Amino acid sequence: MTNKDIQELIAKRAAAELKPNSVVNLGIGIPTLIAKYVEPGSVFFHTENGMLGVEELTSEEDLDPSLVNAGKLPISEGIGASYFNSAESFAMIRGGHVNVAILGALQVDQEGYIANWAIPGKNIMGVGGAMDLLSGAGKVIVTTNHTSKNSESKIVAKCSYPITSLRKVDVIITELAVFKIEDGKLVLKELMPGVSLDEVKEKTEASFEISEEIIVLR
Amino acid sequence: MQKQMKPEEAIQKIQSGHTLMVGGFGLVGAPLTLIDELTRHDVNQLTVISNNLGEAGKGLGILLRQGKIKKAIGSYFTSNREVGDFYNQGKLEIQLMPQGTMSESIRAGGAGIGGYFTKTSAGTELAKGKETREINGELYVLENPLKANVALVKAAKADTLGNLVYYKTARNFNPLMATAADFVIAEVDEIVEAGELSPEEIVTPHLFVDAIVQSQLILSKEGVVSK
Repeated sequence: MTNKDIQELIAKRAAAELKPNSVVNLGIGIPTLIAKYVEPGSVFFHTENGMLGVEELTSEEDLDPSLVNAGKLPISEGIGASYFNSAESFAMIRGGHVNVAILGALQVDQEGYIANWAIPGKNIMGVGGAMDLLSGAGKVIVTTNHTSKNSESKIVAKCSYPITSLRKVDVIITELAVFKIEDGKLVLKELMPGVSLDEVKEKTEASFEISEEIIVLR
Repeated sequence: MQKQMKPEEAIQKIQSGHTLMVGGFGLVGAPLTLIDELTRHDVNQLTVISNNLGEAGKGLGILLRQGKIKKAIGSYFTSNREVGDFYNQGKLEIQLMPQGTMSESIRAGGAGIGGYFTKTSAGTELAKGKETREINGELYVLENPLKANVALVKAAKADTLGNLVYYKTARNFNPLMATAADFVIAEVDEIVEAGELSPEEIVTPHLFVDAIVQSQLILSKEGVVSK
């Protein structure tokens, strides 16, 4: 599988987590691929730079340079969309009004802590809305490649990179597996198509439990 | 009261050592004409509160190259790689804030609130040295308000009184910054007579606005262009 295929596979599985009518904030990277797997109008996409009702831009003709998402990519306006200032946008996030946040990660650990904003030894030049989303979103779903470019597990025993929040994530979706954090423990819930339990064990640094009702996707 | 001014006239309010707020999320909703005017205004040692410092050599990135900025307060400087270079050379101080905390601190500054507690950043490196408090069993961090001497904001339209309306995601930090500075300059694409805007559509009431400037540079599909 190419990296593009991997990202699409993860995005498609993440889309299946979204309940109808929920308000969803998509982060940068794999999360931006999720919208196209969701039935139009079934969920409401929020972007922290100040809009509820984000839709994908389908035609270059409709491109408006003043209408962008948090990744500064052009978007379009869905039916019932609204605009608001940054404080109101983050009041939605921090006040618990956004049901789901889907984020990328540098590392996630076996207790559910996430590191997704800073790399040790490098200048820390950006945090954006990462910490706000962790502190306030109803459910946090992490979408990430299972291993880094250096083939190191991104699902680790304990984050060595600076953590983003004391709040723990709820679901982790990779190209190999789906994990949930239950009672502070990492539990393997699903194997992605063609993936064996041995492969997941081999490529995962974190300790995890295996769900009694493990699902093998085909 | 006559609030309409030329950009070069309005920008005279900015003095060396001032703290400025500058609206915009990247170049979207940034007051491009006022920033351009500021590149010709002889000031230095500025503290700039803005989500980003533009891009390399664009928007606020020009002021950075000119050495006019002493300190940058914002949430995401990664979009201008030169920010890291200036920081490494000791030419720039940086205060990184979560985007929601930055927004709320500006709101607090404008609303006369002396500080507030938030869960965001609690237990992380960005909370180091900050006062914390446990509220209902969860850890919160004390954050201070942000205020400025001058705010440069961008709106779509103003009436002659200074009432403002915005356009799509170009709104972002602008209405907040308009409340939190001693002198507020609004750059707008269109100026209409008082009474022409519906009272229901006005987002920033005129009492927050001190000067209105007609935009000369705008963001188009092709990038920043003269009108």
